[in-house]
Amino acid sequence: MKAIITVVGKDRTGIVAGVSAKIAELGLNIDDISQTVLDEFFTMMAVVSSDEKKDFTKLRSEFEAYGETLNVKINIQSSAIFDAMHNL
Amino acid sequence: MDIRQVTETIAMIEEQNFDVRTITMGISLLDCIDTDIDRVAEKVYNKVVSKASNLVKVGDEIAAELGIPIVNKRVSVTPISLIGAATDATDYVPIAKALDKAAHEIGVDFIGGFSALVQKGYQKGDEILINSIPKALAVTDKVCSSVNIGSTKSGINMTAVRDMGRVIKETAELSEMGPAKLVVFANAVEDNPFMAGAFHGVGEADVVINVGVSGPGVVKRALEKVRGESFDVVAETVKKTAFKITRIGQLVGQMASERLGVKFGIVDLSLAPTPAVGDSVARVLEEMGLETVGTHGTTAALALLNDQVKKGGVMACNQVGGLSGAFIPVSEDEGMIAAVQNGSLNLEKLEAMTAICSVGLDMIAIPEDTPYETIAAMIADEAAIGVINQKTTAVRIIPKGKEGDMIEFGGLLGTAPVMKVNKNSSADFIARGGQIPAPIHSFKN
Repeated sequence: MKAIITVVGKDRTGIVAGVSAKIAELGLNIDDISQTVLDEFFTMMAVVSSDEKKDFTKLRSEFEAYGETLNVKINIQSSAIFDAMHNL
Repeated sequence: MDIRQVTETIAMIEEQNFDVRTITMGISLLDCIDTDIDRVAEKVYNKVVSKASNLVKVGDEIAAELGIPIVNKRVSVTPISLIGAATDATDYVPIAKALDKAAHEIGVDFIGGFSALVQKGYQKGDEILINSIPKALAVTDKVCSSVNIGSTKSGINMTAVRDMGRVIKETAELSEMGPAKLVVFANAVEDNPFMAGAFHGVGEADVVINVGVSGPGVVKRALEKVRGESFDVVAETVKKTAFKITRIGQLVGQMASERLGVKFGIVDLSLAPTPAVGDSVARVLEEMGLETVGTHGTTAALALLNDQVKKGGVMACNQVGGLSGAFIPVSEDEGMIAAVQNGSLNLEKLEAMTAICSVGLDMIAIPEDTPYETIAAMIADEAAIGVINQKTTAVRIIPKGKEGDMIEFGGLLGTAPVMKVNKNSSADFIARGGQIPAPIHSFKN
């Protein structure tokens, strides 16, 4: 599976470190990572992959719960939706 | 992948109410025909349950994976008038009950196809089906019904128009929600994924997956960024936005088709609103510069929107079908409701709008004392617009309450203000019956 994780929230120390650790803990590999500030919000995007099929419902609830501890919103979606919309 | 593109997609879903409105599985019931109505009902139940048992599960899986809501999972079936005709039954309510039971069993939101195609006359099953509609819709929750009474190739069956005026009144008398589940069509399409008008045409494959997207909120947000610009810019903006939205319909359809092992039919490009704020087609039209939808300029704005949505959507999909255009239901669109309430939008303007958009007089409440002949005459007017303009038109009206009342349907069906109807009689016009012939431009062979 290939997915895109997005993290949006108020900037603070340890967001990248924390989210990266969580990604590793869930058995996902980071293929690409970037971050910027959009509309005054810290915005991070990580392209992650795994050789195994993953349960998105479970991953989503894991990341949502972890995001709450960092006071940021974490989303995980299959990269297919972004490829379909933005790549020809 | 650019981070801005990713956040754009997420904002569409989270802030602008972008969703996939429906995955609809079309199922042929031709192999359920039998001479005994109870055996028909049993076969219908078994076929729907066996083909669509995984539909909801797969839909929910795809929604979780892509992070986009798939609001409805639905089933459409072969018009039941064809399935019931071999029996000697005098009503087809048992088949409606079997469809309803199957829909409950597999967990879909609606099942459409309690339908008849009578644009040129009645066959045996057609009249029985039409007379069964009021009771069938009263004793079931999820069954939707449609009747096609006209086509560009055949003209308008005015006897059926008269009968459907009466059937709508009877349906409203027997159940509150019944009329919201009943559509009268001209030029009905055979691959429509949207309710209440979905049925599975006889020219279709045995089982197919059709998809309908939504996204008026996304179009409105895109237009907010080009305020004051010329219509060239507006047209391009709508087209590009429609392309992006529809690509997701194509993706979801492909995934559902692969996982269910079923042929992928079409993506319906319609912009379907919901009663939620920020999910309104009316507000898109107002964003183009109209103070309130219904004022002068509304028809032109809708024409542009409808056409550009199609142009963007066609490029985004393998096969496009269904109704494919902007929907203008009143009760399901908070902007339309507001415009009716402030007096800007009336039935006559809505009729004009239906000449250039994809559906017709949709989810409109009218006074319950409206004579059935007046309802039939509204159907005839809409059918004439569709038949002459070679497009689909439909009537889904709810005779309930009195002018100015608000009728609550709940959920996606919303709230309808009861609209003013012309009180002058059409009774003698409707009493004639017979056929309005096909227009001259239909003879193309």
